[in-house]
Amino acid sequence: MAKPSVALFDYGSGNLRSAFRALERAGGDVTLTSDLDAARRADGLVVPGVGAYAACMEGVLKHGLDTVIRERAAAEAPVLGICVGEQVLFEEGVEHGVRTSGVGIFEGRVELLAAQRIPHMGWNTVEAAAGMRLFAGIDPAERFYFVHSYAAKAVPPGALAAICTHDEPFIAAVERGSVSATQFHPEKSGDAGYALLSNWIKDLAS
Amino acid sequence: MTVAVRVIPCLDVDAGRVVKGVNFENLRDAGDPVALAAAYDAAGADELTFLDVSASSGDRATMYDVVARTAEQVFIPLTVGGGVRTADDVDRLLRAGADKVGINTAAIARPEVISEIAERFGNQVLVLSADVASGRDTDSGWEVTTHGGQKRSTGLDAVEWCARAAELGAGEILLNSIDSDGMKQGFDLKLIAAVRAAVDIPLIASGGAGKAADFPPAVDAGADAVLAASIFHFGDVAIGEVKQVLREAGHPVR
Repeated sequence: MAKPSVALFDYGSGNLRSAFRALERAGGDVTLTSDLDAARRADGLVVPGVGAYAACMEGVLKHGLDTVIRERAAAEAPVLGICVGEQVLFEEGVEHGVRTSGVGIFEGRVELLAAQRIPHMGWNTVEAAAGMRLFAGIDPAERFYFVHSYAAKAVPPGALAAICTHDEPFIAAVERGSVSATQFHPEKSGDAGYALLSNWIKDLAS
Repeated sequence: MTVAVRVIPCLDVDAGRVVKGVNFENLRDAGDPVALAAAYDAAGADELTFLDVSASSGDRATMYDVVARTAEQVFIPLTVGGGVRTADDVDRLLRAGADKVGINTAAIARPEVISEIAERFGNQVLVLSADVASGRDTDSGWEVTTHGGQKRSTGLDAVEWCARAAELGAGEILLNSIDSDGMKQGFDLKLIAAVRAAVDIPLIASGGAGKAADFPPAVDAGADAVLAASIFHFGDVAIGEVKQVLREAGHPVR
């Protein structure tokens, strides 16, 4: 059986080499691309992102990626957002008092974590809702690698979420319909991350 | 649950090879940073740090290749420090596959570079590396030094400098005690506590570990992560042992 095709969208954000290799290792036929048609056609689209919400959203809009994400969500074609790529799928982000509109697949806002130690940096556990496809077969004691200061905190209506707590609870991962996203970096989360990405890729093939 | 205490081995890399002796069993080429990174990943390291000690710019180009090959094979976070002067240097390392970049001397010479990097890439990429020695002429009693522990004086109060770097946008502090480094008598706990009291960003303790039991006190003093080099390389202490004693001391580990 052919490997499912995965478009890892390059809009100028950070280290994509690890994500590329991790998705490949998990069974994807991965292309790093800034081409919207490639992003439309692929079995799965990955939206990465590190750094500031506003800068990432600017990159997303400049490339027209927001349109393709919405098209895919409406057509029930798989999308996976990672880190700030997860955050921009929400309606808006607030950083340093600046409000930026997101792609708006998930209802809710991304805002500063109310925690003593910011950034939240390191390996943490999550409590995944029963039935989440991303976490199928993954031991609840597994830890994933987080590095962020902002997060979405309210679970969007009808979505399943995994919750992490860093002084306060926030959304570590969310899925609804064909759109999944993680606040942590599965491509940097060793074997646990590999298992999660493999789950996502397996779903593309079915 | 809470975020786990990170245990981080640090490798000195020069011209694509690990320098300072490394004695790793079952490793055909202990001088290859990529092979060592994979071995540490398998041993349970939570993160890796490469310190680029290259003298020439040609060797720095080699470093990008090492980072790229590591990022393709090792799926835990990688920090690269050494010789980083500008936001463009950071860009090159991130593109090569680094997740975080350590900055030291260049930030002392021109603190604004911290903000420049944080604004362009986010503060999570930036590790302020501080080599600290006791210094009589500073308020805290600790002074920042440059040039890798040759104790070249800067006149900067170490605690104030860490607080300033955090304000300017550093995402994390790698606090290396030059006095304790290589002494194997334990971390400088007073220094860790003093910097902890001054900053809210994550703090990595470095310098002085000689045995597994030296690690929990550093966390008690306020470190979020612990870093060591030679004791891991020579097999004096295994990553798993450090995690075991941390766990027994009540600290969460992965």
